[in-house]
Amino acid sequence: MNSVDISVSDVGPFAQRLAAAGGVRSLAANAFAEVGLPGTKDEAFHYTSLRSLNRLKFIADSVVPSDAELESLIDNALPSDGSLASATRIVFVNGIFSEKFSTVSGLSAVSFTHGTQEEQHSVADNDLPLVLLNRALGCSTAELEVPEGTDAGTIVILSLNFGNATEGDEAPSFHPHLHVRVGKGASVTLAEMIIGKGVYLNNPVSVINVAKEASVTHTKLQRESADAFHLATVSPVIAERGTYNSFTLGFGAQLSRHEVHAYLEGAGSAVHINGAQLLVDRQVGDITSVITHAAPNCISRQTVRNVLADRARGVFQGKVFVERIAQKTDGYQMNQALLLSETAEMNAKPELEIYADDVKCSHGATVGALDDDQLFYLCSRGIPDAEARRILVEAFLIEAVGLVEVDDVRAALEGALSAALVERIGATTMGDGSLS
Amino acid sequence: MSNFLKISGLHAKIEADGGDKEILRGVDLEIPAGELHVIMGPNGCGKSTLAYTLAGREDYEVTAGSVSFKGQDLLAMEPDERAAAGVFLAFQSPVELPGVNNANFLRTAVNSVRRARGEAEMDAVQFLKTVRAATKSLSMQDEMLKRNVNVGFSGGEKKRNEVLQMTLLQPSLAILDETDSGLDVDALRIVADGVNKLRAPDFSALVITHHQRLLDYLSPDRIHVMAKGRIIRSGGPELARQIDQDGYATFLADAA
Repeated sequence: MNSVDISVSDVGPFAQRLAAAGGVRSLAANAFAEVGLPGTKDEAFHYTSLRSLNRLKFIADSVVPSDAELESLIDNALPSDGSLASATRIVFVNGIFSEKFSTVSGLSAVSFTHGTQEEQHSVADNDLPLVLLNRALGCSTAELEVPEGTDAGTIVILSLNFGNATEGDEAPSFHPHLHVRVGKGASVTLAEMIIGKGVYLNNPVSVINVAKEASVTHTKLQRESADAFHLATVSPVIAERGTYNSFTLGFGAQLSRHEVHAYLEGAGSAVHINGAQLLVDRQVGDITSVITHAAPNCISRQTVRNVLADRARGVFQGKVFVERIAQKTDGYQMNQALLLSETAEMNAKPELEIYADDVKCSHGATVGALDDDQLFYLCSRGIPDAEARRILVEAFLIEAVGLVEVDDVRAALEGALSAALVERIGATTMGDGSLS
Repeated sequence: MSNFLKISGLHAKIEADGGDKEILRGVDLEIPAGELHVIMGPNGCGKSTLAYTLAGREDYEVTAGSVSFKGQDLLAMEPDERAAAGVFLAFQSPVELPGVNNANFLRTAVNSVRRARGEAEMDAVQFLKTVRAATKSLSMQDEMLKRNVNVGFSGGEKKRNEVLQMTLLQPSLAILDETDSGLDVDALRIVADGVNKLRAPDFSALVITHHQRLLDYLSPDRIHVMAKGRIIRSGGPELARQIDQDGYATFLADAA
């Protein structure tokens, strides 16, 4: 089957690109065309409408800035204290691997390949629509392999996305694919950073295989353009006694969705799907997870904090699925939201589906405004109201960021958070009185 | 300066259970510069409300009266402006701030008031030096600076942290709302030392307490007895000893 049937209206914004997806990609293109973009009638997208994508026609062509401009943008994207400057770097520009800006020569402890997505075009029944879209239209795949017993340190994965300056009829769409295999007993920290300008869709897919006793820390700093769409899917599969410890920190995009499908495959494995987001104006940010406990004695942890100002809306969906075999499951889930205006909104949907009989699973959710007692306490010490509010917002989010255990990566996220707060909530940044 | 702090006919109410509850019913009180005054009175008489109202807590609505502080209309100022003008309230129940590092908080507060007072801000090194000297004089562990504000602090540690803030912010009017409650003798002495170190011709304090014990270390100039939202009796230090022995009953009967 080499032609693509694009009659389904839900693929409208992608029709042109899907029709051009020839060869092996046509399989995924056809599969996507069959299911179309999820609508709010799909339970998984009940709170997050993708309708706004229909205003656009997505195209393959995009404009890449000059090398000099890219270089300075990369410098700005990294922490200003230079802490991650020497880390191995994999750079994508508009969804395509950039050999020029990557420092893959430093990947001595790991093997790295990149190419088109030809080799991973196969389609399974349960593939998610947004993953199919990635496969149908994707143009660059990065494959990382961390050999058995190796500590690969920190690898920075930097994505720079450039769309149209103004929202017209057409916008580019990017569909990068990252596949990481971490060998038995190996460890690696993946520090993903995303920045962008203009109108575009970024639709990244990551698959992370964590072998027996391996350990992966995966952080994501999402600073897409305010006009962009960000629809990401991350699928970690964790073997016996392996750990996958993740954190996503989101500020960007008019519409973002960070969707994690974690599969605890081996006994005694652990997964942490933590995150925080700070949204203003009319931003919509969706953090969705499905954690499947498919083996006994596994641990899952989720702590998500949302700060929502103006007319922003946060969505949290967290499903913990415990199979019959997964006895002694230990699951914890907590979603908290701070609403800074009367018009901000949080939609939270925790879900537990348990088929084992000896498990410990808890979930909770809180939604509230800033605490008047805390505000008054700060102001009574001479701190102006606006700065007091910013301090409390920062405190709320920084507690979540504190879950990241890798020091320099956590510091990078903290720095990005402080900068975003000054930009979005105002007032000068708090003095550094640290006593270290 | 005779008009250091002058409270005249102060009325304040709070919204409670859907209705308004008047708590301050005409407080008149003058504290000259350099003096330490004490307010005593039964629970619910309005002592803490007076303290909060002077510090600018929004929940309390002033319906009548005035407060002039060093010639300024205190009631027209925001809480942070009052702090910059020199008012400091040591809270009866210091508020916990999870996620806010104590040292960062202290430096932000100090530099906020310094900025408002037209003084140069302190850099990290200067601040550390200043804060370490202060913690040492209060027998506080530096470790308390690394923790989040008041989170996991014992009652005594919280009160000491209040005194530390007072020391660093260099107020000209300190209001201590039952800072002595729940303190052992050693902690009590530290709190009193903190106040005594600030005593100067241009520093006054308003100490709210139930106990003579703290006053043994403070040598107050005037004692005021408060009941039902008013000052019903004022006198010298002997008044506190009288209350300690006989309670409030005779004053309340006199005032009725």
